Amino acid sequence: MQSQLPIYPEQASNFAPHVDALMLFITGICVFFAAGVTVAIVFFFFKYHRKSPDAIGVPTEEDPRLEALWMIVPLILSMAMFGWGAVVYVDYRNTPRDTLDVYVIGKQWMWKAQQPNGLKEINELHVPVGRNVRLILASEDVIHDFFVPAFRVKMDVVPGHYNTMWFRPTKPGRYHFFCSQYCGTNHAVMGGWVTVMEPVDYAAWLSGTSGGQADPVVAGEKLFAEKACITCHLGAGLGRAPSLNGVYGANILLADGSTVVADEAYIRESLLQPNAKIVAGYQPLMPTFQGQLTEEQILALTAYIKSLQSQPVPVKGAGIAPPTEKR
Amino acid sequence: MHRTGELYGHFETLEQQKESATLGMWIFLVTEVLFFGGLFLTYTINRRAFSTAFGIGSNTLDITLGAGNTVVLIMSSLTMAMAVWSAQVGKKKLVSIFLIATLGLGTVFLGVKAIEYKQKYDHHLIPGHGFDMRYRSAHPTASDDLKELAREKQEVQTAIKSDPDINYHGQLYFSLYFGMTGLHALHMIVGAGLLLWLIKGSFVGRYTPQYNTPVEIVGLYWHFVDIVWIYLFPLLYLIDRHH
Amino acid sequence: MSDTLTTPALELPHKHYLNATYGSGLRSWLLTTDHKRIALLYLCSVTVFFFIGGVLATMIRIHLLTPGGALVTPETYNKLFTMHGVAMIFFFLIPSIPAVFGNFLIPLMIGAKDLAFPKINLLSWYIYIIGGGFVLYSFSTGGLDTGWTFYTPLSSVYSNSAVTPAVIGIFINGFSSILTGLNFIVTIHTMRAPGMTWFRMPLFVWAHYATSLVMILGTPVIAITLLLAGLERMFHLGFFNPALGGDPILFQHLFWFYSHPAVYIMILPAMGVISEIIPTFARKPIFGYSFIAGSSIAIAVIGFLVWAHHMFVTGESTYAALTFSFLSYVVAIPSAVKVFNWTSTLYKGSISWDPPMIYALGFIGLFVIGGLTGLFLACLGLDIHIHDTYFVVAHFHYIMVGGAVMGYVGALHFWWPKITGRLYPRALSRFAAIILFIGFNLTFFPQFILGYLGMPRRYHTYPPEFQVLNVLSTAGASILALGYLLPMSYLTWSMRYGKVAGPNPWPATGLEWKTDSPPLTENFEVTPEVTWEPYDFKNRPDLGLATGAPLPAPAHGDD
Repeated sequence: MQSQLPIYPEQASNFAPHVDALMLFITGICVFFAAGVTVAIVFFFFKYHRKSPDAIGVPTEEDPRLEALWMIVPLILSMAMFGWGAVVYVDYRNTPRDTLDVYVIGKQWMWKAQQPNGLKEINELHVPVGRNVRLILASEDVIHDFFVPAFRVKMDVVPGHYNTMWFRPTKPGRYHFFCSQYCGTNHAVMGGWVTVMEPVDYAAWLSGTSGGQADPVVAGEKLFAEKACITCHLGAGLGRAPSLNGVYGANILLADGSTVVADEAYIRESLLQPNAKIVAGYQPLMPTFQGQLTEEQILALTAYIKSLQSQPVPVKGAGIAPPTEKR
Repeated sequence: MHRTGELYGHFETLEQQKESATLGMWIFLVTEVLFFGGLFLTYTINRRAFSTAFGIGSNTLDITLGAGNTVVLIMSSLTMAMAVWSAQVGKKKLVSIFLIATLGLGTVFLGVKAIEYKQKYDHHLIPGHGFDMRYRSAHPTASDDLKELAREKQEVQTAIKSDPDINYHGQLYFSLYFGMTGLHALHMIVGAGLLLWLIKGSFVGRYTPQYNTPVEIVGLYWHFVDIVWIYLFPLLYLIDRHH
Repeated sequence: MSDTLTTPALELPHKHYLNATYGSGLRSWLLTTDHKRIALLYLCSVTVFFFIGGVLATMIRIHLLTPGGALVTPETYNKLFTMHGVAMIFFFLIPSIPAVFGNFLIPLMIGAKDLAFPKINLLSWYIYIIGGGFVLYSFSTGGLDTGWTFYTPLSSVYSNSAVTPAVIGIFINGFSSILTGLNFIVTIHTMRAPGMTWFRMPLFVWAHYATSLVMILGTPVIAITLLLAGLERMFHLGFFNPALGGDPILFQHLFWFYSHPAVYIMILPAMGVISEIIPTFARKPIFGYSFIAGSSIAIAVIGFLVWAHHMFVTGESTYAALTFSFLSYVVAIPSAVKVFNWTSTLYKGSISWDPPMIYALGFIGLFVIGGLTGLFLACLGLDIHIHDTYFVVAHFHYIMVGGAVMGYVGALHFWWPKITGRLYPRALSRFAAIILFIGFNLTFFPQFILGYLGMPRRYHTYPPEFQVLNVLSTAGASILALGYLLPMSYLTWSMRYGKVAGPNPWPATGLEWKTDSPPLTENFEVTPEVTWEPYDFKNRPDLGLATGAPLPAPAHGDD
C-alpha cells in the first residue's frame, strides 16, 4: 500500500505524479516560509530577551515598502500554486473523448458498477491499464463520493445529478476506493477495491464472467418498447416526437431558439422532466417517467439511445440544429 | 440600569444615546436584509426551475386582497412617518393619534392575511399532507364564481401536462409563500407590540422634540417591514397575471 | 531577575464589579447588565461546552486506536463526531473570545462605561443558553449523526437522529451572535472616549469590529438555511431533496456562505489577542499597526467570497471552481501580513518570557502551519485528492485549536489579573503552554499524513495500514488534554490563592490597565481623555518603565 516514502500512496494513475509534484512544490514553499518565520521568532526570542525589568523595546517605524514586499511575493507564489493546480484540475474536469465508460451507482452503503458490456460489480471496479476510464456517477439516496487515493481522484455522487470523473490507470494492481462524503451509519465501510488489469486480462475478465448479464443496450431497447417510447419517437421522424437517431452528442435546437448538447444529463432530464426543454417544432406532450424508472433503467435507455448514434438521421424530425448554426 | 430622565447611565449625552440607538437599528435592519435574502434567493432559484407551478400557485392568490393590503401597509408607513414628525414638532396629541392609526392599519393587514391563510387552508393549499392544487376547482362552494373556477381548472390541467410534478413543485411555491409572508407577518406582530409600547409612552407625553428616538427607530423598523412587503407582493401575487 | 515588575504588598481594591451587590446574590448575576459580569456568565457556559466537546473528542480518539474501532458502535461514533463539531463550533469557538473577552474588554479599551446596549448584551447570553438547551436536549434524546455540516438529504430526510431540536438550537444561538456583533459595532462607533480615534484603538478592538461585520452579515443566512432544512424535515418539503424537485447543492451553497466566514469569526478575535500580547511583552509598538488593522477588515470582506472552495468536487462548474480557488489564495495574504508584522515586532523588542507571550508565540507557530496547509486545500489539483480526508481535519484543527483556542487560553492568561485581580503560578503556566504546543502537534500533525495517504474523515473504522498514525494521534491527544487541564486547575486555584496583581502587573499600555484589578462596575470614575498612541511604551511614564526612576526592590520572587 505504501510506497518507499510512507507519506503518499502508490502512484497508479495519470494524475498521481502531477498531484504529488504539486504537493511537493507547495510543501517546499510552505516549509520555506514556516522555517523562515520560526527561525526569525526563535532568534529574536533569545536575542532580545529582556535585559532588565524596566527595559522597553526600540520602536520601529511602519515600512510600507516592506509591507508591499511581503504582500506581493506571497501573492505571486500563490498565483503559481493556483495556476498549476488549476491546470491539473481543468485537465481532470475535461473528460477526453475516447473513454471506457463505467456507470457507478452509490447507495447506502454500497457501490454498484456496471461495465460497458453490462457486467455488474458490487464494491469492486475492474479497469484496464492504459485506457482512459470515465465513471458516470449517480446516487440513489444521499450524497456519496467515489475516492481512489492511488489515483488521486474523487468526485461527489449527488442525488438528482449526474457527475462524471475520469482517470487513466498506469499500473496494474489492486487499490482501495472509499466513500468520502459522510453518508450515514456505514459510511466508513462503504468502499472496495479497484482492480487494474492488463488489457488482455481485462477483456478476458469481461467476457469470462459474463454469464448472462444483460447488455444494457438490449435492455434499453426492450424498455423503449415496453414504456411505449416507440409510439412517439419514430425512427423515421414522422411521429409526434423527434426521432432519436443520431441524437446523442448532437446539438439540439430548442423551441426557445437555444441549443443544447444531447448528453447523458440531457437524456436523463428528458425522461424525468420532459418539458424542461422542448425541441423546436414539437409540442410539450411527453409524460414524465419520474418514479417509474430506476436509475439502472435510465442508464439502460441512455445506452440504447447512444447506440442509435449510428442510425440514419431523418431529414426532418430529429430536432438537430443545422451545422451552420453558430453557438 | 441607572437612568436620569431619558439618559441611560452608560451614555455620556443624550446625543450619544440617540446616535447609538439609531445606528443599532440600521445595523439590525441590515441583518434582516440578509435573513430575508436567503429566502429571496431560494425563491429565485425555485421559480426559475419551476415557473409553471409558481405561475399556477400565484394565480390562486386573491389579487384584490393582496393589492389592498399593500395600500394599507403603505398608508401605515405614512401614518408612522407622521407620528415621527409630530414628535419632532412637539404635537404630542398627534403622536398618539398617528401611532394608533399605524397600529390600526397594521392590524387590518394582519386580519386580511389571516383571511387569506384561511382560504388557503380551505383550498387544500397548505404544504404537507393533503396538499392538492386541483382541489379547489374540483370542489366549488356556493360563493365561488363558476366561470373563474372553470378557468382555473383548465389552467391546472394544462400545467400538469408540462409539469406532472405540479403538486411537488406547487408545494415549494406555497412553502415559500407561507414562509415569506409568515416571516413577514411575524415581524409585523413584533412591530405591533413595539407600537403598543410607543402608544403607552405617548399617552404620558414622553416623546418630545428633544427626545423622540424610540418613535424614530420603531419608524425605521416599520418602514423596513413595509419595504419587504413591497417586494413580496409582486413576487408572490403577480406571477403570470397577464390575462 | 524577574521579568515582570512586582509592586510589594498589594491589596485587592475595596469595591469592584465582582463584589458589587445589587439585589440578592444570584439575581444580581442573572439580571446583571454589567458587561464584565455578562462576560463571566459566558466564560462559565462556554467552558461547559468546551468540556462536553472535549469529552466527545477523547472518546473519538480512543475509539480510533484500533482499525476495528472497539469503543462504540458505528451509529454512536457518527454521533460523537457530529456532536463534537456542533458543540465546539457553535457553542464554544464562535462565542469564546468575543463573548468573553470582547464583552469584558471593549468598553474598557475604548474608555466607555459599558457597551451601547447592556440589556441586549444580557439577552444575548440568555439566547445562547436557550439555544444550548435545545442542542443538549438533542444530544441526550437520540443524539445527532448528520455531521455538523447537516448536508441534505441526509439530514433532512434520511437521518433518524434528533436533528430538529439541534437545528432549532443552532438557529436560536445564531441570534446571540448577531446581537453581540451589533452591540460591538455600535459601541465602537459611538462610545469611544474623547481622543480615542479609530487609529488609536487597540488592535483587539479592530479585530472585533471586523469579526462583528462577519457576525451580522453571515449569521442570518445560516439561520434561514437551517430553518428551511428543519422545515423540510418536519413537513416533507422539497427545497433540498431531489426526490421532490429540490437541490442538495443549494443547501451547500447557503450553508457555506455563512460557515466559511464563520471560521473568520473564530480566528480574527484570536489574532486580535495576539496583537495585544506581542507588543505588551516586547514592550514596543506593534510593527505595521495600520496594516494589521486593515488586514482584519480585508479578511472579513474577502472571507465572504470564498465559500465554494468547500465544494470543488461536487461537480460545480469549472469556472466557479477557478474563481473560488483564486480568491481563496487572495484571502490568505492578509493573514500572512499579520504573521510578518507580529514577527517584526519582536525585532529590537524587550522580550519577556511571561506565559501570555509563550501562548502567543505558540499561536503563531500553529497558525502558520494551519494557514499554510490551507494553501494545499485551495489548490484545485490537490484538493481533488485531499478533500474530505484527514488532511482537512488536521488543517482546521490547527487553525481552530492551535489558533483560536490557543488565542483564547493566551487571552485568559493575559487578562486574568484584570478580570480577577490575581496572578497565577508563572512556571507552571509556561510549562502548560509548552505541553499544549507539543501535545497539539503530536495529535494533529500525523493527520496530515493520514489524509494524504487517503484516510477519509468521519470514519469509524479504517484499513489497518493507517493504525500507526492514528495511535500517534491519540497519544498526542492525551498530552493535549493535560495542556488544558493544567490551566483549568491553576487558574481556578489562583482565584483564591493567587498573588494580588494590582492594576497593571505586566505592564501594558491599554486603557483597561488604567483601571483597578478587578475594575469598578462603572469601569472609570472619570471618563478618560486619550492623548497617546497605542502600544507607546516610550511616552508613558505612568508605567514606571525606563524613565530613569530607580527600580523598586522586588519583594520576593513571583514563582
